Amino acid sequence: MQRYVNVSEKVAGGGLLHRRTLLGVAAFGGVAAAGKSLAAPLAVPEWSEVPGLPMSGYGQPSPFEAHVQRPVLGLYPEGTGDGAGVSFTPLEHLEGTITPNGLFFERHHSGIPEIDPTRHELVIHGLVRQPRVFTSEDLVGMPLITQTVFLECAGNSLFNSLAEPQQRSAGEIHGLIGAAEWTGVRLADLLDLVGIDPRATWILAEGADAAKQSRSIPLSKIIDGDAMVALYQNGERLRPEQGYPMRLVLPGWQGSMQTKWLRRIKLVDGPTQTKDETSKYSLSQKDGRAQQFIFEMGVKSVITRPSPGIAPTRPGLYQISGLAWSGAGRIVRVQVSADGGTSWADALLDGDARPKMLTRFRLPWDWSGEPALLMSRATDEMGAVQPTRMEWYAPWAPEQLYHQNAIQVWSVAATGEVQNVYL
Amino acid sequence: MFTFDDNTRLTVLATSITLAILSNKAEADVPGRLISESEIAAWDISIPPSGAGLPEGSGSVADGAELYAAQCAFCHGATGTEGPADRLVGGFGSLTSDAPTKTLGSFWPHATTAFDYIRRAMPFYAPGSLKDSEVYAVTAYLLHLNGILPEDARLDAQSLRAVTMPNAAGFVAAYPSDN
Repeated sequence: MQRYVNVSEKVAGGGLLHRRTLLGVAAFGGVAAAGKSLAAPLAVPEWSEVPGLPMSGYGQPSPFEAHVQRPVLGLYPEGTGDGAGVSFTPLEHLEGTITPNGLFFERHHSGIPEIDPTRHELVIHGLVRQPRVFTSEDLVGMPLITQTVFLECAGNSLFNSLAEPQQRSAGEIHGLIGAAEWTGVRLADLLDLVGIDPRATWILAEGADAAKQSRSIPLSKIIDGDAMVALYQNGERLRPEQGYPMRLVLPGWQGSMQTKWLRRIKLVDGPTQTKDETSKYSLSQKDGRAQQFIFEMGVKSVITRPSPGIAPTRPGLYQISGLAWSGAGRIVRVQVSADGGTSWADALLDGDARPKMLTRFRLPWDWSGEPALLMSRATDEMGAVQPTRMEWYAPWAPEQLYHQNAIQVWSVAATGEVQNVYL
Repeated sequence: MFTFDDNTRLTVLATSITLAILSNKAEADVPGRLISESEIAAWDISIPPSGAGLPEGSGSVADGAELYAAQCAFCHGATGTEGPADRLVGGFGSLTSDAPTKTLGSFWPHATTAFDYIRRAMPFYAPGSLKDSEVYAVTAYLLHLNGILPEDARLDAQSLRAVTMPNAAGFVAAYPSDN
């Protein structure tokens, strides 16, 4: 079993192994199990003895995966704001980098509108040569493009802004993010059809939900930019909770600007100063003033395995797995520490690191059974390095919680229990 | 930043098709349909700080008090301070404390934003149900509760434009707003 070589080649403290270490599959999950013989002979299960279920029109996950759910968090007491809240992508139960459509996080300000696409229209007007109205079928008939990018809420990881570490799953802390293959129309192409008045510098984007959620977006993100009106998510039409029949996708920028149920775009000569770009989604400094229009999501990573509820069961070999991303471009490096940041090892980036997209990282870990502090630290192609929690906090008021991209620390106890801790 | 990579050529193609359509093809072949600004009026509800687009009508603090009690207090509290929904009143001087109270009065930089948001999204279970004069009235009452307007005030397009919010200078644009 030559594949066991290099198991002893530690590259950092706490049992971290070189990212290219080849490990025997049997070695994972604890060396104690490796030589153990099976107690019972193989049985033939009943599903191998009769024909299975017939075909179906729309497939569903196995009933044995029913525990993989988006945790739902309403923001107001019942009867005073139903449908205003979030649900979290259960990051700790997922692998790879594409978020399944039914598990993609949600943030709604006034519930999910039940839109009949034959009665939904997108109007583009304001500082234009000639206003136009488009149905989703109009857009489907235009030249389409596909972009595979993440979409993250500006309030993601807000629980780690609180004074005491919250004991929640990786998804319940960091799961206001998802990544998908989005297909739709370049917004610049749509603006070409109405003709941009040179006085226009921003747009106002507005949804058809009950809150008519509205945000200002600088025209530079659209002209020579990557803004798009998405119609499809991972190959199928958008789900209602993701903006059916059409939504904005602004790669790398905060989620709340990526207007769902898009009904109106108005070209204007400055920001409209909507509720959600003044009283919300602004970042309060220590001097009491608030910064507006911080759009790009910072470089960030989180270890999803192990993580709270996804615990090592016994000392031995494990593969640490996690996600890294940056709104500025590609991830070029992820380092992992098992000793609270004293020493670091470079993780393997699994697959192509794509700009403004989740990147999966992996690293073998030989856990001794001693308490450990697991951390990951991402670097993007612009040279930005993920900050520690204290570094992230430095410019902001104590209650500031948006754009939290600090390094997550998971403590692993001798029992294997994983907890959220601050260093 | 331009990040379409392999899609660049497609994009260029799409743009040239669009230009060809505009210059050579009949209007019927252009995606979508033409519409006039007057036909958009019912949807054109966004109000920038300049007040452009503020509608006709007016409302008084007294009218707003009645509307508030009937339609707003259940979620925002009898005096706009009790919740459970967002607190609307008070919090002055708290923004530099460890526990700032961010309300319409203490934090919001523009009065036009209040009119815009109340008209588009409130009351939560019947957004858009208030007449324009009632939106002026509720806005006037909330500004009065925050000490920004006197008890006998009446708001219309002109007087709403003239309101300077206490925290108007409290915002810094990280992205150049004149870009």
